[in-house]
Amino acid sequence: MHRVVVTGLGCVTPIGSTVEDFRSSLFSGISGIAPFPPFPEAPIPNGIRFTQTGHVKNFDPRAHLASGVVAASDRTAQFAIIAARQAAQQSELTQHHAPDKIAIIFGCSTGGRSSEESETAKLYTRDARLHPLSVVRTMANAGASHTSIDLGITGPVLTISTACASGTHAIGLAFQMVRSGLVTAAIAGGHEAPLTFGFLRAWDSMRVVSATQCRPFSADRDGMTLGEGAAILILETLESAQARNATIFAEIIGFGMSADAHHITNPATEGAASAIRAALKDASTSPEEAESLRDQVGFINAHGTGTQANDSTEAAAIHQVFGSRASTIPVSSTKSLHGHSIGATGAIEALATVLALHHHQLPATAGVTTIDPTLDLDVIIGAPRSVTPAIALSNSLAFGGINAVLALRPYTA
Amino acid sequence: MTDTTDEIEQRCIDIIAKSKNIAPESISLASSFDSLAIDSLDKINISFEVEEAFDIEIPDDALGSLKTVGDVVNGVRKLVGQPADSNATQ
Repeated sequence: MHRVVVTGLGCVTPIGSTVEDFRSSLFSGISGIAPFPPFPEAPIPNGIRFTQTGHVKNFDPRAHLASGVVAASDRTAQFAIIAARQAAQQSELTQHHAPDKIAIIFGCSTGGRSSEESETAKLYTRDARLHPLSVVRTMANAGASHTSIDLGITGPVLTISTACASGTHAIGLAFQMVRSGLVTAAIAGGHEAPLTFGFLRAWDSMRVVSATQCRPFSADRDGMTLGEGAAILILETLESAQARNATIFAEIIGFGMSADAHHITNPATEGAASAIRAALKDASTSPEEAESLRDQVGFINAHGTGTQANDSTEAAAIHQVFGSRASTIPVSSTKSLHGHSIGATGAIEALATVLALHHHQLPATAGVTTIDPTLDLDVIIGAPRSVTPAIALSNSLAFGGINAVLALRPYTA
Repeated sequence: MTDTTDEIEQRCIDIIAKSKNIAPESISLASSFDSLAIDSLDKINISFEVEEAFDIEIPDDALGSLKTVGDVVNGVRKLVGQPADSNATQ
């Protein structure tokens, strides 16, 4: 078993399309949530009751990618390739690991949503021919496959689809592969570009999107805010990182998974608590050590969607696992800054958690008016806190009742 | 079809320029796909855009023989019923 560390970071997000910009926005509380651009072919009014999303601004894939790749890929895959390049370049991954000993594990829930929607819309309005690259634009694994081609990676390449937990599952499974020695390094994260007219209307129909802006853990929270983007982490064994004197941003120590087996949309406390316990158990070698690790958790980057159901269930799960200490553990939801980007969001939040550990700052939750007293949590609001937790968790609780939790700690040489 | 020879040529060049994100002035009928760095994915995309622009369908067996901008222009002329320009394949 190997210790697994993070040695490269990349992102394309509503709050920054470089890690430096993302970090700056994260700790300054600068939100990327803004009125979404009009859909040129949608009816007016468009029938959507909310007006804001966390969308990536001024994104020009042609500035980064060959024209053939742009033609063959959807926005979601383009996010992934660019974020992966950033991370790989920073870590100098391919200079130090054999290409067949590197895995690529990405999370993506909706595939090439805008390509699928725009092509299908043509079919319903006229007998149109479809673009011959439609199939490869829409397949969910396109981001991972393009990244494999772009970086020359020949090890395991796969895409995980577990809705809002996809990115967390991807990092967790990559962590397991590196820890076990199946590969020596992994490019792991999530990507999603779901902000299409049809997707926004579908979410609007569920009545879970805030008409204003998501306010996780706020007493007056009234729903989530959708987003898009990608975040990619480079994972490798501690031995290889030390041997080449790589910058180590954090260590991943555990990964927990569970299913609620309860309801397709309503979360369940037991399932979320089970995933948190599983992450701590995974990080330990004995029940006693798992208890010790539990007592060291000093930050939780919560799933925190800003819906009544999620936040109250997640708070109950935190109380169930941590008992009397639950109300003293700093909790934040960075979705309040970048929105909920479905298959990417877990990876974006893992990136935020890694940066929190590396820079010794815990990001604040934006938009909170009054912390919901019934949750009894130590929600970070206002300014970030200058604290270095011994252990941090990053929670993802997905539709379908699928849960994934990463446990991380700061790396000290 | 009302396109004149020059219009067909210019529209094809504009489609290729847009697809490759390069200036139309840098493209001539003699330009080879290799010289314009048009790879297999570009070729699929450009062929589709040309089909859409002229409302034609390029036969499967013709796709593989397209090597220059002139080949594209002459192929379009043939499909829209205009005589090929002998200069186009220079």
